[in-house]
Amino acid sequence: MTYIQGETGDWEMVIGLEVHAQVISNAKLFSGAATDFGAEPNSQVSFVDAAFPGMLPVINERCVEQAVRTGLGLKAQINLFSVFDRKNYFYADLPAGYQISQYTQPIVGKGEIVLDLPDGGSRTVGITRLHLEQDAGKSLHDQHPSKSYIDLNRAGVALMEIVSEPDLRTAEEAGAYLRKLRSILRYLGTCDGNMEEGSMRCDVNVSVRKPGAPFGTRCEIKNVNSIRFVQQAIEYEARRQIEILEEGGSIAQETRLWDTSKFVTRSMRSKEEAHDYRYFPDPDLLPLELDEGWVEDIRLTLPELPDDKKARFIADYKLSAYDAGVLVAEKAKAEYFEAVAKGRDPKLAANWVTGDLFGALNKAGLEIEQSPVTAGNLGGLIDLIADNTISGRIAKEVFEAMFETGEKPGDIVEKKGLRQVTDTGAIETAIDGVLAANPDKVAEYRSGKEKLFGFFVGQVMKQTQGKANPALVNEILGRKLKG
Amino acid sequence: MGALNRLTMAEAIDGLARKEFTAVELTEAHIKATEALRPFNAYITETPEVALAMAKASDERRAKGGAGPMEGIPIAVKDLFCTKDVQTTAASHILGGFKPPYESTVTSNLWRDGAVMLGKVNLDEFAMGSANITSHHGDVVSPWSPGEPGNWSRRIVPGGSSGGSAATVAARAALGATGTDTGGSIRQPAGFTGIVGVKPTYGRCSRWGIVAFASSLDQAGPMARTVKDTAIMLRSMCGFDPKDSTSVDMPVPDFAAALTGDIRGLRVGIPKEYRVDGMPAEIEALWQKGVEWLKAAGAVPVDISLPHTKYALPAYYIVAPAEASSNLARYDGVRFGLRVEGGNLKELYENTRGAGFGKEVRRRILIGTYVLSAGYYDAYYLQAQKVRTRIKWDFDQAFQLCDVILTPTAPSTAFGIGEKMDDPIQMYLNDVFTVPVNLAGLPGMSVPAGVGADGLPLGLQLIGRPFDEETMLKVGAVLEQAAGFKTEPPFVA
Repeated sequence: MTYIQGETGDWEMVIGLEVHAQVISNAKLFSGAATDFGAEPNSQVSFVDAAFPGMLPVINERCVEQAVRTGLGLKAQINLFSVFDRKNYFYADLPAGYQISQYTQPIVGKGEIVLDLPDGGSRTVGITRLHLEQDAGKSLHDQHPSKSYIDLNRAGVALMEIVSEPDLRTAEEAGAYLRKLRSILRYLGTCDGNMEEGSMRCDVNVSVRKPGAPFGTRCEIKNVNSIRFVQQAIEYEARRQIEILEEGGSIAQETRLWDTSKFVTRSMRSKEEAHDYRYFPDPDLLPLELDEGWVEDIRLTLPELPDDKKARFIADYKLSAYDAGVLVAEKAKAEYFEAVAKGRDPKLAANWVTGDLFGALNKAGLEIEQSPVTAGNLGGLIDLIADNTISGRIAKEVFEAMFETGEKPGDIVEKKGLRQVTDTGAIETAIDGVLAANPDKVAEYRSGKEKLFGFFVGQVMKQTQGKANPALVNEILGRKLKG
Repeated sequence: MGALNRLTMAEAIDGLARKEFTAVELTEAHIKATEALRPFNAYITETPEVALAMAKASDERRAKGGAGPMEGIPIAVKDLFCTKDVQTTAASHILGGFKPPYESTVTSNLWRDGAVMLGKVNLDEFAMGSANITSHHGDVVSPWSPGEPGNWSRRIVPGGSSGGSAATVAARAALGATGTDTGGSIRQPAGFTGIVGVKPTYGRCSRWGIVAFASSLDQAGPMARTVKDTAIMLRSMCGFDPKDSTSVDMPVPDFAAALTGDIRGLRVGIPKEYRVDGMPAEIEALWQKGVEWLKAAGAVPVDISLPHTKYALPAYYIVAPAEASSNLARYDGVRFGLRVEGGNLKELYENTRGAGFGKEVRRRILIGTYVLSAGYYDAYYLQAQKVRTRIKWDFDQAFQLCDVILTPTAPSTAFGIGEKMDDPIQMYLNDVFTVPVNLAGLPGMSVPAGVGADGLPLGLQLIGRPFDEETMLKVGAVLEQAAGFKTEPPFVA
């Protein structure tokens, strides 16, 4: 356990997250309008979304399927009977004056997420529920000195609200939770997880307590839109609460905002100001009843998820838990690795992928999908090492060229003349030259200064521009120095 | 044959088919009648040009041999149905100037079958009322009011909320009209004006494009002068609509064909709980007469019990306002209709909604908001839902013993405008017999059966099994025949 040191001793954070994940679907949750990001304002709005008189919601089956798929991916209970409720409040970007959501009977119940911790270990965090709801529109307050503009493109888009148990204890765990959840959603193809586009948003519940004490009063930080901000907000909020408590104060239950410029949380509304949402079942919609067979059909189409893939990588490829975790974090990375590893030494493949490739991508700010080095070409490079065409050292040079040009490793080796010298005659000639040029060093070596061996190897490699096969160099040099 | 507007819908359909007159002629007669009706304030928007264009198109279709079931029949549309490019107000100031860019499913179905729109008729604001006295566009006066139009000795209410529909049909200014019924808004005005009004089973008619009052109770239905006419019109109005999740995917029967007149052996349930305190003796007597008429036609009266009836009205006045408070949240001045500016968003809301909603609508929004609030939800809304379940169960039990239920439509004849106005509870009591039917989602209808001592019409209500409108209509036609209600209102257009 990681505790925060306060004036009065250790404090423990208790964190629960509510993630709003935008469902990948062509149409909105209750209308046929499109859901593309970045379209012209108010160009993707039906009369249902704009809550015109007499308009009625009709559930989009695709969105239900995506919620069930996500529930299955979170190893959660799928509720075959669930109910849509109206959450009533007034706001200009909420056209109907209510949001259709699920309150007491959500479509998905308890599930779990396994966190991959930096030390290679893991920890299970409970999922309380997942429910379907509509997104609201967007208010733009900076377009006019006194008026607000409303864009309803997002109004009615399907969201999955995924609520965790208050099982998280550090900001890092919260970050790990979000990364893992995002990874699962992306594997499932149910949410693209792009926090910067707002398709995944997070409300953070934070409280602090003395280790072992009951839960403290929590504050909710609304709508934090990056993993980094979530972690910063948690750190700040926990310290703020500890400071208040240690000065003898008490925490007021309230909703707060993360100020991304000042790096502080600010009060948004107190418990007294909290909305009374007057939830009641939406009479325009019948309860959602799912067929068990339909759910099972979805289960059969689930892809291999990160946890299973990680276990398989460890078992089949004998990778470390850490490497396996890094490789399965993104489906595309795992696929890349498997393509490289196929028919090759998996450990060597993992080293190249997680080391050289990820390092280069990271430095260049590229995603795996944008890699200039294809999996086939990286595999080809490993093959060139394996068949002694190039040495490991030369391979680094070839990789750099591949990353720069996207060319095939064989072409680069040929073009640059990097092919390894395995002609024993040529190596012998080079060695003879080095020995002849350094008679004093040879004498020293022969009189017992054996660490000079490395000096001779270096000289030979220099003579051959590094292309001499190191094993052959060692063997012949050893033989010749013995005299 | 008299003036074209004196025909029943069925007669008009025959006359058009036999080419005795054209749809344009029939429509012109009704446009004239509509003009004569003006002192009664039945219309919010008359659409004579639309009507004539539709009639002309209808005649052309007929000439080509393609006549629909309601081909060329001029009807009035309650101004709660959205009609494309024609102002739709829900009788509220808050929707002032709103022209929907879409057509409701029910009216689309009617136009598909050849009907012709005379215009949009008045109603209680957002269909909230039982006397058509809450409209922003003024009270509707019943054609049953004594005296000269505009100079009545007593202004009688047409009932509500479909008061404009009832007045128009009763005054022979339309062959039929659409209504909506949330707690009796078709049946009570039909009863008050001596016409037939049918509320079908919840889910029969699509609610898409009808301005919502209480979504779990609202249901559209026909109002006309004969049972057969409502049967014809209902067939055109209803049908599955994928755009309404509560619409039911069932075949639409030929309701008119069910009117065989043969009700021998049918069991007619008489619920003892509908003998309410203070009900006038003449209503009790008419009800008894109704039992005798059906018995004489071969039906078997059966005493039944609907024990939770007395809880229906209070439950209704929790559920309906609760849903309304949420349904009416969209009228905020942001996107359509009335907008009264303010210094900030909250002021915009307050100014717009304060100016846009009338007193009764505001009252129901407040009641609805209250019963859904934290701390009150369980005691009111949840309790009302439990009552609703019990009421449904009552009817389920009753329909084990009978095939149709007979009751009065309302506990009195129509009253005068200005009467019953100080106490909203008195007004709400008007719905005592009709409300349970909505809570249970059942089909119900009002058939004109007699006149009271004051010379005003009295209706009897029939309640059917879910989706068994056919039996209900069949019994209704027999009742209609036996009652022989022929009295016309003092004003006929």
